[in-house]
Amino acid sequence: MSDTTPLLQLRGVNKSFGVVHVLHDVDLAIYPGQVTALVGDNGAGKSTLVKTVAGIYPADDGEYLFEGRPVTVHGPKDASALGIEVVYQDLALCENLDIVENMFLGREKTNGIVLDETTMESKAREALTSLSVRTVKSVRQSVSSLSGGQRQTVAIAKSVLWNSKVVLLDEPTAALGVAQTRQVLDLVRRLADSGVGVLLISHNLTDVFEVADRITALYLGRVAADVATKDVTSRQVVELITTGHSSDLDVAPRPSTTV
Amino acid sequence: MADIITDAEEAGFASDLTQSNTLGDSVRAYVQRVRGGDMGALPSILGLVALFIVFGIANDRFLSNLNMANLATQAGSIIILAMALVPVLLLGDIDLSAGVAGGVSACVMGLFIVKHDQPWGVAVLAALVTGAVIGLVIGILVAKIGIPSFVVTLAFFLGLQGVTLKLIGEGGSVRVNQEVISGIANSNMSVLAGWLSAVVIIAAFAALSLLRHRRKVSQGLQHQPLAVVVAQIVVIAIVLLVVTYILNQNRSVNANFPIKGIPYVIPLVILLLIAWTFVLGRTTWGRHVYAVGGNAEAARRAGINVDRIRISVFTMCSGMAALSGIVAASYVGKVSTSSGGGNVLLYAVGAAVIGGTSLFGGKGKASDAVVGGLVIATIANGLGLLAQASWINFVVTGGVLLLAASVDAVSRRRRSATGL
Repeated sequence: MSDTTPLLQLRGVNKSFGVVHVLHDVDLAIYPGQVTALVGDNGAGKSTLVKTVAGIYPADDGEYLFEGRPVTVHGPKDASALGIEVVYQDLALCENLDIVENMFLGREKTNGIVLDETTMESKAREALTSLSVRTVKSVRQSVSSLSGGQRQTVAIAKSVLWNSKVVLLDEPTAALGVAQTRQVLDLVRRLADSGVGVLLISHNLTDVFEVADRITALYLGRVAADVATKDVTSRQVVELITTGHSSDLDVAPRPSTTV
Repeated sequence: MADIITDAEEAGFASDLTQSNTLGDSVRAYVQRVRGGDMGALPSILGLVALFIVFGIANDRFLSNLNMANLATQAGSIIILAMALVPVLLLGDIDLSAGVAGGVSACVMGLFIVKHDQPWGVAVLAALVTGAVIGLVIGILVAKIGIPSFVVTLAFFLGLQGVTLKLIGEGGSVRVNQEVISGIANSNMSVLAGWLSAVVIIAAFAALSLLRHRRKVSQGLQHQPLAVVVAQIVVIAIVLLVVTYILNQNRSVNANFPIKGIPYVIPLVILLLIAWTFVLGRTTWGRHVYAVGGNAEAARRAGINVDRIRISVFTMCSGMAALSGIVAASYVGKVSTSSGGGNVLLYAVGAAVIGGTSLFGGKGKASDAVVGGLVIATIANGLGLLAQASWINFVVTGGVLLLAASVDAVSRRRRSATGL
């Protein structure tokens, strides 16, 4: 475990949908300047966990700590007020709006009652520039005209724009080609290097081993392991994902992982 | 956030153009957009020109000054109702009850004036409140209970006709001969006031466009070339001046009673057009309406209260529908049990869609309602002059609506294929 306090920490979180108990006593920690990868098979509870962090689903019980202080998160607005930004798998961009409009959606700058397009356009351009985004033709082009990688970039740039402290990325490379995946992973690394705590949800272990500092594996709604990337091999992670434990892994199984 | 180190060469996105440099470039870009399926109001403007040519040749009275003024007042209530529907269509919903909501509201207004001897201002306010309350209930049923808007408003379409019947009484009607109300469609501005308003509007539009353009250039924002801005101003100026000129001619058939001047319904429509263009394009609420229509889930995740947007849109829609009902009552001089029923709503939906507002949500402007409303009114007016049986009117208008919806569906497919 790292010495620094986690930016965001969940302790003993449970979440059920009716009779389906999706998350069992889940602990999660996201550290500043690090990429924490959240891995797990389909149905392991990754998306539910992300939505719990984002405030879309309230947790049934458990603690939610932000910068060491307990906080309550009731909705997406609470989460973004804390500085938590979520980049969803299905992107959550409005195709009929342009890049600037999407980046400021729900948090528009205004002058009285009039939208302040001047400030919004300049700031959006700044944010994209700071991420060295060179593939976008114009910040005023509509999102429907962007490729998957570019959309992912816009979504990530949104978190830079809002000075987010924690960024959750849900399968950012799932639908991307090789070159675009490369770009997005570079972006993720740059984001973490700037001091942001990044949680990367991914199926792709190559991506995980490339950018993640820590790996948290979920198995059937429980945390199977929380380890530093350098301490594990790809095979061990696959075991954790598929069976919930790894025979030769040198980490003590957590109490909650006993199935 | 701390600095993210950027390579000087990589800083800025190499191809981010803040402007398309020449007029030629922007014309080419426009042609490309049209071919890619983003046609905007183009089909309806071409259609309007074609209709004018056809009807102008078929009947020599069509282009007469008198008929042009008639056409404008006829189009008034359709345009206002279509404008009411644009935000609802932007959400991807529909309000089938807007027409009869206007009818009920106009009926309330009529009863306030005739039966309760209230001043016209109170009566109009009562009508607007009636409309808004209807819209509020529809909005709550759609947003909170989750009934599809199609079903809720179909139920209201039937139910509200019953309310009108109850209010007026079987087969009756309420005469609206209050001076101000009937003046909306039947009185004209003085010739001088007409010219003055036209000039003021053109000057204000030109000043605002040019100032905006200058600010964008100085701030390094993306902007259109100056030539395009000037061209827009010139087109608006020509349209307004020509319309003002035609309507300021004497159009009376009786030489002893000259009729000239702009009917008051036209400044009313222009005022509403400006207001809605501002609200939809320049306010947070308008932006959120587009966002909800484009991707409701994304809007929700961005922290927008989707239910509240939906409820407010339906409230505004029925409130505007009340205004349209008042204008319609002013035009025919009475409110009857069939006010707002029949093809009124379909005309308005047709107008919005023909103007370029998408039935799939997320795409449309207030000005679409104006152009589309003129197309619909021209068809009704022209066919009326040709003394065609009314069945032809229905068939042609239905056909045009279908055509507009097909253009909408096909262009949407092309848009997604070309990524525009």
